Amino acid sequence: MTHVELLIIGAGPAGLQAALSALEAGAHVTLIERSHVLGGQLSKQTHKFFGSQKQHASKRGIHIMTLLIDALKPYQDRLTIHLETHVVSFYHDYVVGCSQGDRYFKLHAKAIIVATGASEKALPFENNDLPGVYAAGAVQTLMNQYGVKPGHKVLMVGSGNIGLIVSYQLLQAGIEVVALVEAAAQISGYLVHASKLRRLGVPILTKTSIKGAQGEHSVTSATLWDVDDAWQGIPGSEQTVEVDTICISVGLSPLSDLLAQAGAKVTYINELGGFVPWVNQDYETTIPRVFACGDVTGIEEASSAMVEGQMVGLLAANQLGHVPEDLPTRIDALKAELKTLRMGPHAKKLRLGYAKMEGHHV
Amino acid sequence: MRIEHHPILTFSKKEPITFLYEGKPVQGFEGDTIASALHAAGVKALSQSIHLKRPRGFYCAIGNCASCNMVVNGIPNTRTCITPLKEGMVITHQTNLGVLYDPR
Repeated sequence: MTHVELLIIGAGPAGLQAALSALEAGAHVTLIERSHVLGGQLSKQTHKFFGSQKQHASKRGIHIMTLLIDALKPYQDRLTIHLETHVVSFYHDYVVGCSQGDRYFKLHAKAIIVATGASEKALPFENNDLPGVYAAGAVQTLMNQYGVKPGHKVLMVGSGNIGLIVSYQLLQAGIEVVALVEAAAQISGYLVHASKLRRLGVPILTKTSIKGAQGEHSVTSATLWDVDDAWQGIPGSEQTVEVDTICISVGLSPLSDLLAQAGAKVTYINELGGFVPWVNQDYETTIPRVFACGDVTGIEEASSAMVEGQMVGLLAANQLGHVPEDLPTRIDALKAELKTLRMGPHAKKLRLGYAKMEGHHV
Repeated sequence: MRIEHHPILTFSKKEPITFLYEGKPVQGFEGDTIASALHAAGVKALSQSIHLKRPRGFYCAIGNCASCNMVVNGIPNTRTCITPLKEGMVITHQTNLGVLYDPR
């Protein structure tokens, strides 16, 4: 078993930023990522970020990722990165088991930051398991990271920001978006993204949902139907669209299973996306020196994940005896940034979710 | 199925990689994952459901959902969506839960 100082699980926006903050403060960091590249969801986000300059607003996600990875370079002597490594066990005595190809190894850490992010939800409908039915973010990865088209004609289900942005990015890749359906009466993402789609002629059908998919080996069509105010399908309103790809964009679930396994208190908060770890105002879970940040603590934008990561990196380093300069001032400033990011009508649900958490965030 | 033109991204021609899919040689490119190379080659069904043997494609592309698991170089349950493609890889469909193997 190898002993490390600070272990960070997940190298997306939260994990990378946490690593950077902790390294700047003087900590030794071990970063574990199950993918073969760093960056998490930033690696395929070709859109420009909102927010303020502090959160790299107006830069594209892919460029923010490069900035973060480059910023780690001066700290190579204190940073160990394990790519293609899956954390498969997490014990309460700060030991994690890792699977890397044919190898299994254990790490013991003095402090652990869990930045595992989230996974996209599935949606129940007939034949929802057919090849061709993909999570919207997964299609974004296929296109923007690997340059592969998911298909030729796409139905997008869900009008959150991911659904809207990925629809636009499908068009950028030269793929037809036949329609975007939303069961609610109004779209849930930003109007600015929806407007871009409408200007390009993509129908946005509200109070409409998917009833089923058809196809023998993969999707060849989808049946849509109108839904009532209780989101129940209205028989007789069915219409069929010819598509070879159905993108599901109906929200994300925090990947909190590792924390549950370690014995940290985890609870279901619908507004935050599902099971989230209980954290105090310093993002420390119910296990001392085990922190959580980013989407695993509640589904938000990457901007918030980066601010949380910055904060948690500093706080974890501090607990390990690497006292960052001006710590209280910096933490206050970061908390203020988070508060700003969580203002506005779109974050109402999020605020409610965090209010439900005892000793809640900020 | 490859993106040729893109307003933001440039997909420069990369080194080709040849691998075996169900015994047949298939070409992917440097930077591909197994799943992206197969998808580009028109292979959408990667796994099958355990009981009803229904075809399954990838779903999450982050190595989380197990929908893309295949047998790669004899190793079952390989998450093809996050496994980089390598020259000469032998890739087959998995028809069971996966059996123990000796890595030596």
